[in-house]
Amino acid sequence: MYATNYQRATSLDDAVAKLNAAEDGKFLGGGQTLLATMKQRLAAPSAVVDLTKIPELKGIGVDGGTITIGAATTHAAVAGSKEIAAVLPALTGLAGSIGDPAVRNMGTIGGSLANNDPAADYPAAVMALNATIHTSKGSYSPEEFFTGLFETALDEDEIITKVVFPVPQKAGYEKFRNPASRYALCAVFAALTSDGPRIAVTGSGNEGVFRVSEMESALGSNWSADAVTGVTVSPDQMLSDMHGSAEYRASLVSVLAGRAVKKAG
Amino acid sequence: MGNEGIGARVLRKEDKRFITGKGRYTDDITERGITHGVFVRSPHAHARITSIDTAKAASMPGVIGIVGGQELIDGGVGNLICGWMIHGKDGSPMKMAAYPAMDPAVVRHVGQPVVLVVAETKAQATDAAGEIEIVYEELPSITQLSKVLEPGAVEVHPETAPGNLICDWQLGDEAATEAAFASAAHVVELELEQNRLVPNAIEPRAAVASYDTGEDHYTLNTTSQNPHVARLVLSAFYNIAPEHKLRVIAPDVGGGFGSKIYIYPEEIVCLFASKKLGVPIKWVAERTESFMSDAHGRDHISKARLALDSDLKFTGLKVDTIANLGAYMSLFSSCVPTYLYATLLSGQYALPNIYANVKLVYSHTVPVDAYRGAGRPEAAFLIERIVEVAARKLGVSPVELRKKNYVRDFPYQTPVLMNYDPSDFITLMDKALAHIDIDGYAARKADSERRGKLRGIGYSSYIEACGIAPSQAVGSLGAGVGLWESAEVRVNPVGTIEVLTGSHSHGQSHETTFAQVVAQRFGLPIENVNIIHGDTDKVQFGMGTYGSRSGPVGLSAISKALDKVEAKAKKLAGHLMEADEKDIVIENGELKVAGTDKKIAWHEMTLGAYTAHNMPEGVEPGLVEKAFFDPINFSFPAGTFICELEVDPGTGVTEIVNFVAVDDFGTIINPMVVEGQVHGGIAQGIGQALLEGCYYDENGQLVTASFMDYCVPRADDLPSFAVDHIEVPTPNNPLGMKGCGEAGAIGAPAAVINALTDALGTEDISMPATPEKVWRAIQATRPAMAAE
Repeated sequence: MYATNYQRATSLDDAVAKLNAAEDGKFLGGGQTLLATMKQRLAAPSAVVDLTKIPELKGIGVDGGTITIGAATTHAAVAGSKEIAAVLPALTGLAGSIGDPAVRNMGTIGGSLANNDPAADYPAAVMALNATIHTSKGSYSPEEFFTGLFETALDEDEIITKVVFPVPQKAGYEKFRNPASRYALCAVFAALTSDGPRIAVTGSGNEGVFRVSEMESALGSNWSADAVTGVTVSPDQMLSDMHGSAEYRASLVSVLAGRAVKKAG
Repeated sequence: MGNEGIGARVLRKEDKRFITGKGRYTDDITERGITHGVFVRSPHAHARITSIDTAKAASMPGVIGIVGGQELIDGGVGNLICGWMIHGKDGSPMKMAAYPAMDPAVVRHVGQPVVLVVAETKAQATDAAGEIEIVYEELPSITQLSKVLEPGAVEVHPETAPGNLICDWQLGDEAATEAAFASAAHVVELELEQNRLVPNAIEPRAAVASYDTGEDHYTLNTTSQNPHVARLVLSAFYNIAPEHKLRVIAPDVGGGFGSKIYIYPEEIVCLFASKKLGVPIKWVAERTESFMSDAHGRDHISKARLALDSDLKFTGLKVDTIANLGAYMSLFSSCVPTYLYATLLSGQYALPNIYANVKLVYSHTVPVDAYRGAGRPEAAFLIERIVEVAARKLGVSPVELRKKNYVRDFPYQTPVLMNYDPSDFITLMDKALAHIDIDGYAARKADSERRGKLRGIGYSSYIEACGIAPSQAVGSLGAGVGLWESAEVRVNPVGTIEVLTGSHSHGQSHETTFAQVVAQRFGLPIENVNIIHGDTDKVQFGMGTYGSRSGPVGLSAISKALDKVEAKAKKLAGHLMEADEKDIVIENGELKVAGTDKKIAWHEMTLGAYTAHNMPEGVEPGLVEKAFFDPINFSFPAGTFICELEVDPGTGVTEIVNFVAVDDFGTIINPMVVEGQVHGGIAQGIGQALLEGCYYDENGQLVTASFMDYCVPRADDLPSFAVDHIEVPTPNNPLGMKGCGEAGAIGAPAAVINALTDALGTEDISMPATPEKVWRAIQATRPAMAAE
C-alpha cells in the first residue's frame, strides 16, 4: 500500500469538505474493496475520508411498509436485525451471505452500492425490491442509480445516506457462489412487490445487475417456480470468465430464478 | 504412563505454542539492522532482457542496494541443480538446461525473479522495485502441455533440449506387454489429464539471511523441510560458503507439502546479497509470489491401455505419459514422474506385464516438482480410473473386478521394480464397504433421484511407496543423495531426554509422536522428552521430511539409537545393582532386576552415568547415542477409499456426502495425528478432483495467481470423513511403520472422479470437475435435468 492520509468525517458537510481539500481523496465505507485495492497498489488515493462514523448514516428502522437502512450500516448489523428478519428475511439472509464474518463486520450497504461490483449481493435486493437510494444530493430509483459495471449515478462528492426498501409480499434470494472467491457467480432476487413481480440478477450481467422482464410477466399470471425456469435469458448479456461461461451463467439465471421464487413461497 | 506410548491418542505438545500465538516462524525472526528484500519478477512468460536501469530506484529513500543476475554470476554463484540424474531409453542423460538463480539475459516464466531490491523497510523496497526499469523483448511462449511436443513448437531451451524434450524415459518390458495385449480377451483404453496444482502452504516461503564479517559465517533462517540438504546444496553447488561457514535453521514452518524441499533462487540471492550489501535481509513472499514461484505439482497427460484375459484377470498395462517440468528442472523434478510414478503403476494388482513411457518436457511455466504424493497420486489415479472404466465397460462390479485382481501373496514383486510389503487388500475393501453401508446404497440412490439429484459411488484402492530407499538402490537409479535418516538421543543427568532428529516437522506433529516412541521405551512421561530438529548447528546431518518418510525412516533411526541407550542403561543398572545386565527390565521409569524386588529409578541410573563414580569396567561416562538408519526397502502404505456424492443437475454442483478411508499404515503411533493427516490429504485430493485448477492463458500469463481465482478446498466443501485402519506392520523397519502423510492425497482423486462419472453416466470428466464442466456433461447426456 502506498502511504495515504486517513481522515474521519463527523458530518456529511465535513466529509465533502475533507474530500475537496484532498488532492486525490476517496470516500471510505467499510473498505472491503477500496483497502484491498490499495494494498495491491492498484489504487493510491492521497486521502481516505471515513464516512462510517457520521451519525446520520447509522441505524435501521422498520416502519409500516418500509425498511430504512443507514448507509454506514454493516452487513452483520443487517444480517442480525430481528426487526428486518420479521418482515423481510430474504434481506437478512442476503446480508448474512456476504463474504465472511470479517467482511460482514466491516462492509457497509452504502459502500457496496456505491462500488456496484457486478458480483455484489445488495444490488440484486435493491433492484428487485425497487428500493430508493437517498444521497447527500437527492434520491434515485435502482434503474437510475446502477449505470454499468462499477458505475453509478453518484457524483464524486455525493454520499449515499440511506436506502429505503418497501416491504414486499414475498421475496427470495438464491445465490450460486464462485467456488474460489465466494462472490456471486450468479444470484437471483425474486420479489412480489406492490408493483408486481420483480426479478433481479447479479453476478452475471455484463452491465451489472439487471431485471428479467419476461420472467416478471410470467410470474404476474402464475407465481411459481415453473413459470420462470422455462424462461431463458440470452448469453449475449452475460459475463464470461474462467469460472463460468456466458452460456452457463445464462442457464443458472433460469435455474436460480426458479429456486428463488420457490424460496419466496 | 501407558497411555502416552505407541498407539495413544495423545494431544499435541506443539499446540500450546501454536494455539497461543507463540509459534516462531521465519517472519517472526529479526535481528539488529534487519533490512527487507523485494524481488522484481518477470511479467512475461518468455522474453529477452534488453536492459535493466536501477539508477532511479537506487537513489530512493531507504534503499541499501540492488542485486541483479550478472552480479551473481560475477560472484561465482552456481546454477541450480536437479539432484536426480535419469537416462532416456536410448541411454542418453536427461537434458538439463542451465538454471541461474536470476538469469540476466532471458526470462522463461511469469514470476521468475530478475532483480532484488533491499531497503530499510519493506514499503521502501516495494516503492523502489516499482521504479526499476527493465526493458524486455517479448518472445513467443508455450505453456500448454498438449502442444509442447508438437513439431515447430516454441522451444524453451533450444540449445540444450531441442523440441522441449528433457528425457524420453521408459520402464518395464515393452515386448512382453505388447504380447499381453496381442493375446488379450479385452482391452480398455483411457486418456487422462493430471491437473497442475499449486501447493499453497499456509505460510508463504520466507528467508532471513545474514552474514557475520567477524566470523566470515552465514546464517539462513528459512522455510525448509530439510535444512541440512539446503546447506549442502548451497555449499556444494551454489558456492555460498563451505558447510561449516553456513548455518541453516528451519524454525516453525507452516506447511510444505513438498514445496519447501527445494532450494529456490530467493534464498540463494538473499544470502549472496547479505554479504555483498553487509546487512541482514528478510524476504517474505506475498501470496501471489508464492503462486508464481513455489514449485507446482502434477501436470501430466497420459494414454493408458489395460489388457484383461477372458477371466477378467489383468494381463498388461501400457502407459504413455507426457510430464511437464516447467521452465527449469527443479531439485527432484526428474524422479517424480519417473521413479516415483511408473514404479507404482501396478497398483494393488497382480499385473504381470507393465510398460511405461514418460516424456519429460520443458514449458514456459513455473517449475514442477514433488507435491504431496509426488508421482504416486498420478499413478494411483491412472490405474484406479482405468480399472473402474474397465469394470463398467465389461459389465462387472468394480469391487469384484478389484478383488479378482488384488495381490494376495506377499512380499510381491511387481514388473516395475517394487517389492510390496505385506498387507491385506481384501480386508481394506471389505471394511470400507461396511463403513459406507454399501447395502443401503441403492435406497440412498433412489432417495436422491426422488429429490432430483444424481448420486454416484466410486472406489479407489491405492498403494504408494514411502521412505524412498535404500540409499544404494536409489543411487543406482540416479539419486544424488542418500535417503537414510539420523538420530541422536541425549539422556540428561536428571533423566530427561533430548532427541535430535534429521526429520523436520512442519505440521507432522513430530514433537508429540516422536516423544511417544521414546516415552514408551523407558516408561517415561512424554513431557520429559524434547524433540529438537531443524537447525544445522544443533542437529547432526539429516535428510529432512518428505515422501512420508519421518515415521518409517526418521523414527527408525531414533529407535536404533534408543536400542543403544537401552543397552547401556541396562549395563549401568546391572553394575549398580550387582546383577547381570541381561536380567534388567525397564518399565514405568524404573530399572528392575527380573524376579527380584531390586530396582533403581531411571534418574538414579542416569545420574550415575554422569557422576561416573561407579562405572562398569571399560564403559565411558555419559548416556548419549547416535544412529543412522538406511531402510532395506521402501514401505508400502495402501488403502481403499470410497466416495459417495450427489450432483445438482441444475447447477452442476457436486456435494460429497460420504467419504470412507480405510488404510494400512502399518504401526500407528498416534491415531489422532494419523487421522488428521488423512483428513488433510483427502481434502487436498478432493481439491484436485473438484476445485483446484491452475491455468495459463495464451500469452503465458498465470491467470490463477490468487485465492480469488485458485480454489483451495475449504471446510464447507468437505464432508465428515470416516477413517479407519488395519495395522499390518512392515518387516522392513523396527517399528513396522509404513507412512501416512500423503495417502489421502494419493487415493482421493480417483475415488471422487469414479463416483462423479458413475453419477453422470460418463466415461470421464477432467479435473478439476468444476460445476460448469459437470453441468456441460449433464447437458450432453440429459438436457432435461439440467434445466431444473
